[in-house]
Amino acid sequence: MADTRAGAASGGPARVAGWLQRHLPKIVVAPSVIAALVFFYGFIIWTAYISLTGSRMLPDYELIGFQNYQDIWRLSRWNTAVWNLAIFGVLFIGVSMLVGCVLAVLLDQRIRAEGALRTIYLYPMAISYIVTGTAWRWLMDPEIGIEAAVRNLGWESFTFDWITNRDMAIYTIVIAAVWQASGFVMAMVLAALRGVDQEIIKAAWLDGASLPQIYRRIIIPSIRPVFLGAFVILMHLAIKTFDLIMAMTSGGPGTATSLPATFMYDMAFQRDRLDLAATSAVMMLVTVTAIIVPYLYSEIRAGRRD
Amino acid sequence: MNMLKGTLFASAALGLAAATPAAAQTAEVLHYWTSGGEAAAVASLREAFEAAGGTWIDSPIAGGGGDAQATVLRSRVLAGDPPTAVQIKGPNIQDWAEAGSLANLDEVAAQEHWDDILPPLLRDIVTYEDHYVAVPVNIHRVNWMWINPELLAQVDAEVPTTWEEFNEVATRLQDAGITPLAHGGQPWQDATVFETVVLGIGGPDFYRAALVDLDPDALTSDTMIEVFDQMRTLRGFVDDNFPGRDWNLATRMVMNGEAAFQIMGDWAKGEFAAAGLEPGTDYVCAPTPGASGYILNSDSFAFFNVEGEDRIAGQNLLASLILGPEFQETFNLLKGSIPARNDIDMSGFDACAQQSAEDLAAAVADDSLVPSMAHEIAIPRAPRGAFLDVVTEHFNSDMSSEEAVERLLEEVELAQ
Repeated sequence: MADTRAGAASGGPARVAGWLQRHLPKIVVAPSVIAALVFFYGFIIWTAYISLTGSRMLPDYELIGFQNYQDIWRLSRWNTAVWNLAIFGVLFIGVSMLVGCVLAVLLDQRIRAEGALRTIYLYPMAISYIVTGTAWRWLMDPEIGIEAAVRNLGWESFTFDWITNRDMAIYTIVIAAVWQASGFVMAMVLAALRGVDQEIIKAAWLDGASLPQIYRRIIIPSIRPVFLGAFVILMHLAIKTFDLIMAMTSGGPGTATSLPATFMYDMAFQRDRLDLAATSAVMMLVTVTAIIVPYLYSEIRAGRRD
Repeated sequence: MNMLKGTLFASAALGLAAATPAAAQTAEVLHYWTSGGEAAAVASLREAFEAAGGTWIDSPIAGGGGDAQATVLRSRVLAGDPPTAVQIKGPNIQDWAEAGSLANLDEVAAQEHWDDILPPLLRDIVTYEDHYVAVPVNIHRVNWMWINPELLAQVDAEVPTTWEEFNEVATRLQDAGITPLAHGGQPWQDATVFETVVLGIGGPDFYRAALVDLDPDALTSDTMIEVFDQMRTLRGFVDDNFPGRDWNLATRMVMNGEAAFQIMGDWAKGEFAAAGLEPGTDYVCAPTPGASGYILNSDSFAFFNVEGEDRIAGQNLLASLILGPEFQETFNLLKGSIPARNDIDMSGFDACAQQSAEDLAAAVADDSLVPSMAHEIAIPRAPRGAFLDVVTEHFNSDMSSEEAVERLLEEVELAQ
């Protein structure tokens, strides 16, 4: 009798401690899991639902089917926004990756003052898009920026007025975004380059491979996962680009630099069209998913096969 | 004993009744007037309210020209905690009234005879199903031209009164190397110019058919094509660096003699006044060319359904103060607009404001008073956005007037 009681007394805390030990990690992450479920997935579902309703200023929960998805394609503004995103996305991701890789390879040649150079190239990433956008707006402004500076130097006919030209304005956004992001790609690629096994490279040297061959055949393939990382980060930056547009052109001249994100903001906050805003949000999400999921899948499968 | 008790109760009740209205009037005011003259104007309302014994809870939402405020308002109403009074205007008032969120101000309106002092168009804006739900603060005129008289004198020109004359004067200015029109390439500014052209070329009836009733026949009519043709002509009178320019920078171009005209509402006067310039000598204000009329823009406070004696008392006090003669005069002198009520002595106002008040009375008399589309008085925000998209796309590209009219019809229909 006394024994069992003593056993219960000593076993109780031990059991609690054991239970805690097993479940503590789950308890600790539970709040953030719940928060993610509600605020992330919950609101995705809510947004998708609103996109199937006729909500205007206030949410209206009566379903009207896929009408909004048909209507949105009849808006010239949305078509401009999608087309701009295609141009911006391809150029921004492509050029940032290219410039980033070239910079990384050049810095990888054991040059002097590498630390300082690396910091210089990486620093733009530390600035917010609003600052980048404002600075580039001034640089691009024909009255006070590059055009005015070059003309003052004596080249009177020099013209660089892309930001006020509706056909070229989207490329000024690309320039500013590339300036901001390519240093970041460089840092990622450089870190990966440093992680490549030097023995393999030495072996390739001995076999008589040239430097470009080594990069193309050995180093670049072995750091492939870094490209996936850079691609995913750049792509979500591209699709959610909003502050850069607002700071540089506010979507102008006219609606020439609208992007889906600015379209969504206008519909939700300036035009009382929650339905179309939700529709455009869902379309953006579907686009991201459609690109990322196959890419992730193939990368993961390739990883497993290795 | 019983009698004594009764007297005590009665006096206590009397005391309470006397104390309540003076001690507890609370109003929370949500607004986006946070800069310069506007902030000073709101402060004058607050002083008047507190002088009358009320407690003022200030909720300024800076930035976004009201977009940020709209978001705050939406979430507060959905959460069941609306502010007492909110700075909203035009059809947005009707939207909130339709959602059942607005209070009834008929009692105050009857006491203060609002029916007699407000222009009929303004009364329609602040009432819902014949009940007052909002109070107008001021009247802005949108169809003004701000003119640099020196530049006009250089080419020996008079102030144009038709668009043909305007085009002719502008061409002469251009030949003399002067930018005729100071303009900022932002959608709302393009739309501001657009609506003055619609009024000038089409007249008030056409304006109402196209920009208020959104009549498809009017939107695709030859008159509308003419309007877009004139917009294309105006595009030629603007300097190359106009995209994205703020309206006050355009006003400064007129001030500094870099451009001869600006088409903008009477808030532009504030910029001239801040620079110490006098109307008539340093700058000239004139109605935009073409058919006479008055495009009205008005700020107002809508009153939401609030609970509690003190809040309802505060609401009534605030409503009567806002449209009271004293506040109307001080506020509008600070803001550059004219009073919303028609019985204020205008002698303290400048020449442009006096002309605005005279033209308003004339427009009410001959039925040429129309609500502004660009400034969210005529139509809800969704169709207004459709106009802005098409007008700004047309102005910034080489789109033909015929295509613009077709696109306008389609986008306006989609937005309804």
